Amino acid sequence: MRTNGGSDLIRDLAATQYCCQQEKTDVTIQPAINAPVISAKGLDLTFQTGDGPVHALRDVSLDIGKGDFVSFIGPSGCGKTTFLRVMADLEQPTAGQITVNGTSPEAARKARAYGYVFQAAGLYPWRTIGGNIRLPLEIMGYDRADQDARVARVLDLVELGGFEKKYPWQLSGGMQQRASIARALAFDADILLMDEPFGALDEIVRDHLNEQLLKLWDRTDKTICFVTHSIPEAVYLSTKIVVMSPRPGRITDVIDSPLPRVRPLEIRDTPEFLEIAHRVREGLRAGHAYDD
Amino acid sequence: MRNALPVLTVLIAILAIWYVAVAPMNIRVALDQAQRAGAVLQPETALERQEVSVWSLMLRNSAQIGQTYAMERPRLPTPGQVATELWSTTGEMALNGRAMSKRSLIYHGWITLQSTLWGFALGTALGILGAVAIVYSRVVNMSLMPWAIISQTVPIVALAPMIIVVSSQLGIQDRAVPKAIISAYLCYFPVLVGMVKGLRSPAHAQLDLLKTYNASGFQAFLKLRLPASVPYLFTSLKVGIAAALVGTIVGELPTGAISGLGARILIGDQFGTPLAIWAALVAAAVLAGVLVTLLDIAQRVTLRRMGMAP
Repeated sequence: MRTNGGSDLIRDLAATQYCCQQEKTDVTIQPAINAPVISAKGLDLTFQTGDGPVHALRDVSLDIGKGDFVSFIGPSGCGKTTFLRVMADLEQPTAGQITVNGTSPEAARKARAYGYVFQAAGLYPWRTIGGNIRLPLEIMGYDRADQDARVARVLDLVELGGFEKKYPWQLSGGMQQRASIARALAFDADILLMDEPFGALDEIVRDHLNEQLLKLWDRTDKTICFVTHSIPEAVYLSTKIVVMSPRPGRITDVIDSPLPRVRPLEIRDTPEFLEIAHRVREGLRAGHAYDD
Repeated sequence: MRNALPVLTVLIAILAIWYVAVAPMNIRVALDQAQRAGAVLQPETALERQEVSVWSLMLRNSAQIGQTYAMERPRLPTPGQVATELWSTTGEMALNGRAMSKRSLIYHGWITLQSTLWGFALGTALGILGAVAIVYSRVVNMSLMPWAIISQTVPIVALAPMIIVVSSQLGIQDRAVPKAIISAYLCYFPVLVGMVKGLRSPAHAQLDLLKTYNASGFQAFLKLRLPASVPYLFTSLKVGIAAALVGTIVGELPTGAISGLGARILIGDQFGTPLAIWAALVAAAVLAGVLVTLLDIAQRVTLRRMGMAP
């Protein structure tokens, strides 16, 4: 048993056990509060394309608790973005149930229950940074004074104070993405849906933004769903990692992270971190196995 | 200043080609006149000269080449002759306080400009409204767009007389009205096409984002589609105003109009005064240049104010 492969297996088992214990203690401590914010049961979504049906989601079930930071990881075509879009009512499932805040995604969208961050910052070039953050507030009919206060507050939250009057082209890519996160935070939705928000940024900027995002999550107690295809990013950020695989898009593993809420960047060198990363990698590999 | 050199080079090249072309263009007429004045030519009669190329005429009668640059009614006037004619019908008359005389190109240019601006306003309004309808309605897109394209395949010179006849049948006495309609007819199309592209320019994610805010269709139009289309609009307006000017001039040709740059061109043709035609042509080109430049400035100012240009 003491071969290399064997030791991997033992470490995995240990990690799994550890996760399960965590889950149990969670349940015993706060049974009522942990009613899921997002709950999916047997979701199916099939796109009809010219090349025949594409099974973007197949029998996807998942509960996301309040204050969770959930990462969705998997190769392209595994349905992670589609799942996020279903939560946001931007796609309609062909079968199954999903509730957001206890209601349908459509009702949640109309109640402005979530903020959505796209991969591209998508700031309007004809609006200043402040004007861009003001956009949802104008649409939702906040009065002027309230708008000003909120813009100032979320700019501070993403450390962009003083950039309110600048135009997007005057900011770096990382700063633009922070502004787009501020825009999603401006109207105080409890849920933040993020679709590969840092995918187009370089490693150093990405590390910095990950750190900032964790602090922000810790301060605001939002529920965050985060799509990525970076394993370190998923493990560093999440309390729960959902591993998905393609054709058909489905969940292959759900890992509850034993890492503490407060995480310095150095945590990525600890054995616990590497263990989880290993399990995510194994999950991704298993999902790919019968593809090759 | 670094741009001045290439600009000047192109200008000088155009003028040089023009100047060189004057001799072969005018040599036959010049020789005919010289013959009547009693000069001895090679070949001697006009009939014989018909069989000889302009190049060989120029070689054999090189003494007469100077004449081609100083004719009263040249086939092709020199740049200097056109400039002189233009000055004597604009600047000089203005200095004499006769800018609005019926012989002044300033007067005729003003008549043309009025119809152009009315046509431009009408065409731009129609183009924008049509584009909004096309972007927001599939039915309109499928029913209106083909007609918009067909409308531009009909030669305007064929359509212009009909518009004039119809408007006079309807009892419209003012000649400016059919001219403005013809002008709008040419002008609306670039605006329509540009605005359709502009209103459709926001990326899918942008529209999804507004959906997550539960924004209404009108909010999406006002806050996203309309501002996004502004750069496209200005590009179209610059094409549109040039088309509107062409439309007005074409509208002035078959109407028997006596005022307007188009009328000047027609009268110059009928009375055999090419200099008047050339002066009117250059005046029209200058007018178009001024209008497009004004729109270009408006574009720069607007985009800078919107923050879309540094």
